[in-house]
Amino acid sequence: MKEKIVKVILILLGGAFLIIMLVLPLATVLVYALRQGFETFSKAITDEYAVKALHLTLLATGITVIVNTIFGVFAAWTIAKFRFRGKQALTTLIDIPFSISPIIAGLVFILVFGRIGWAYPLLEAWDIKIVFAVPGIVLATIFVTFPFVSRELIPLMQAQGSDEEEAAALMGAGGFRIFFKVTLPHIKWGLLYGVILCTARSLGEFGAVSVVSGHLRGKTNTLPLHVEILFNEFKLTAAFSVSSILVLIAVIILILRNIVEYRVKREER
Amino acid sequence: MKRTSILSRKALALAITLGLITGAFTGCASKDSSLAANKDSAKSVAITNVSYDPTRELYEQYNKLFQTYWEKEKGQKVEITQSHGGSGKQARSVLEGNEADVVTLALEGDVDELRKAGLIEDGWVNEFPKNSAPYTSTIVFLVRKGNPKNLKDWDDIVKSGVEVITPDPKSSGGARWNFLAAWAFANKKFGGDEAKDKDFLKALYANVSVLDSGARGATTTFVENGQGDVLLAWENEAFLSLKEHPDDFEVVTPSLSILAQPSVAVVDTNVKKHGTEEVSKAYLEYLYSDEAQRLEGQNFYRPSNPDILKEFSSTFNLDIELVNIDDDFGGWAKATEKFFADGAIFDEIYKK
Amino acid sequence: MFHLKKNSGMRKNNVIPGFGLSMGITITMLSLIVLLPLFSVLLTLSGTTFNDFWRVVTDEQTVATYKVSLSCAAIATTVNVVFGILLAWILTRYQFPFRRILDGLIELPFALPTAVAGISLTTLYSGKGWIGGWFDKIGIKISYTTVGIVIAMIFIGIPFVVRSIQPVLEKLDPQYEEAALALGASRSRIFFKVVFPEILPAALTGFGLAFARCIGEYGSVVFIAGNIPYKTQITPLIIMNKLEQFNYAAATSIALVMVIFAFILLFGINLLQARINKIARG
Repeated sequence: MKEKIVKVILILLGGAFLIIMLVLPLATVLVYALRQGFETFSKAITDEYAVKALHLTLLATGITVIVNTIFGVFAAWTIAKFRFRGKQALTTLIDIPFSISPIIAGLVFILVFGRIGWAYPLLEAWDIKIVFAVPGIVLATIFVTFPFVSRELIPLMQAQGSDEEEAAALMGAGGFRIFFKVTLPHIKWGLLYGVILCTARSLGEFGAVSVVSGHLRGKTNTLPLHVEILFNEFKLTAAFSVSSILVLIAVIILILRNIVEYRVKREER
Repeated sequence: MKRTSILSRKALALAITLGLITGAFTGCASKDSSLAANKDSAKSVAITNVSYDPTRELYEQYNKLFQTYWEKEKGQKVEITQSHGGSGKQARSVLEGNEADVVTLALEGDVDELRKAGLIEDGWVNEFPKNSAPYTSTIVFLVRKGNPKNLKDWDDIVKSGVEVITPDPKSSGGARWNFLAAWAFANKKFGGDEAKDKDFLKALYANVSVLDSGARGATTTFVENGQGDVLLAWENEAFLSLKEHPDDFEVVTPSLSILAQPSVAVVDTNVKKHGTEEVSKAYLEYLYSDEAQRLEGQNFYRPSNPDILKEFSSTFNLDIELVNIDDDFGGWAKATEKFFADGAIFDEIYKK
Repeated sequence: MFHLKKNSGMRKNNVIPGFGLSMGITITMLSLIVLLPLFSVLLTLSGTTFNDFWRVVTDEQTVATYKVSLSCAAIATTVNVVFGILLAWILTRYQFPFRRILDGLIELPFALPTAVAGISLTTLYSGKGWIGGWFDKIGIKISYTTVGIVIAMIFIGIPFVVRSIQPVLEKLDPQYEEAALALGASRSRIFFKVVFPEILPAALTGFGLAFARCIGEYGSVVFIAGNIPYKTQITPLIIMNKLEQFNYAAATSIALVMVIFAFILLFGINLLQARINKIARG
């Protein structure tokens, strides 16, 4: 009996914490988005600049996920399947973007590619624009989500051990073949999970992108930046309407994540 | 044999990585270089106006006005890209490589940073009439309806128990005007005793509960989130809030304030690169035309043309005593060094 | 995201192909995307003398921002560890309605743009908001105070602790707990004697990651913090302020301090993780 009371209390406490900290902010977004009726809402999300911002966000996210997935797989392979000196340091370096302030992440690219940066004369000579243009936004997003896939794969691949890969190698299989035939089946759900998280984080990145964007309307504004602009234009309702698109995408992604996890657990059984 | 395979693998690794990275960003970089093909003679031309926070509504309307004018005049379509943010932040983005054709910022000092960086030629202040300030503004108080704390002038808002909202002078152009207006008032009141001025400002900033990084953020904090008793705001910003919420607020004009001259300039280096000298110059010149001046008045900026300013005498309090930055503070360079540099007066008043 | 899978051991081997290729790609991409840009921080500082650097990073106002950032992050992360353990526990040990939905929500702070989070938290906790209005009546202010900063940091830190502990709890065999219970130990005693030592390393990892993230966080905190010097100004904001004044040397100096701090913190976490793996392997 006492145990049951403890259980109920614990669940209520945890539930209350999540409701206050997560559900209510989310509900705020949705309620404010719809407080002036559906028409204002649909006008805000079909606005020319909002649509352009959505396109840019999706483009940046797409490129980021591809680059980081490729990197993540190679990095995990290196770290999990081989022994070498300085592994700890390498792992830490890969994780660095994780704990660096987004402001600094944006700033470093300005210090490289900006007019005051050391690579600027080179870019100028070739007439390439990186910061305050789309490539800078992509680059900042890649930086911020750099370790997401590898951090997911490394523990998984380490846990797997390398017996099977060794056996395959001894039988004469090449590296890529071993990866696709032996390793990938074991890590596919973990990989997908990493990709989903990376996507989620890329869609929402604000701080770093804000530093390198230049806020050019219709050109270098991502959806999160567009939200800030609307907020600053006193269009609170529109700001929350556009936010709700992001919330919606986030929720869909999290549902996907849940499905992935469910399948993993079923497979483990 | 073994050696070559290692080498070729290394080469492959390098090639894949480089391919990925260059592909990732040069692929989409090419679009922007079409800007460089702008010629004044072409059918259409694109310019970028990097501006500060409170001018969004103004330039949204002005751009339409200018587009019509320019097409009639030159038979050329102009595409104008707007960028808004805190004045200092915006100047910095241009300095770091955001290729604005024109800048329309809150402070002469911010534009001057671009001159120091070599982007704008010397003597830009005199390139356009009235110190390159087509419209002016001043600093007023926005208070809650009925003025419950009876705040009439600067002495009232330093009293204890009054909660003041103003942005951070370190990051916001508007906030510097606020600071200087208060300083000018104190300086007049205490007959130039700077120690007392400092105490006055200290009392004022002790009442400040939120220092937002930009003017817009401060307005939102005051208007939407209900913080504070008084917002120190640009006159245009205060009237705009009043227009949106006529039942919630009142504008109070203090006895003395400062003539705020937001500066405009052509970014010479960039217009040369883009081939947009003529249209950029015309874009700023047209701000002084009668139609544009009226538009500025309708957006609660004080038109610099005195005749048109008179048309708006019912909106603006024209009797207010206005100090100005050049005569009373010796220009922006001096004011910045004395008040806002690291370790200067603004930092001092926050020290215990 | 932060599974602490028990490591089954790596044997010394040279059999598996692809070391050169994968190491090459890893190092090259790491260098180009992370290290080279970070290196430019040092390059920018090359014109600064150590004295100048030291003066900037130990300036009174800057030090005050470290205090605000560190203390708020410490409080927020501690709250997150407590509730993170609680949440991980109820999500793995109990069956109740909406459990899967709650579980799915945990990563929401990852996916929600920090600006959106900041704006909605500020609205929610300001004097006019649903929760803030309620507290306002009893005279407690949340938005624009350090409490607000802590709340924003709790928000962004939630997933780290829960997701570090959850896999460990899932792996932990309830048999031990049942055995202890059969021997007459009380529930709370079992938790602290049997379960807690098992999840402690994972909790520490989660703490470290959440802490690092909280210190660096800008987007959501800046909306809800009052930004008053010495009171509610956080370190990323003072970097921003230095930049606004075109003071790149000062901004990068403080940035360097933060980067070094982040590196040490992460290195510690990774050592801890390696150690856990070793212990697990016996």
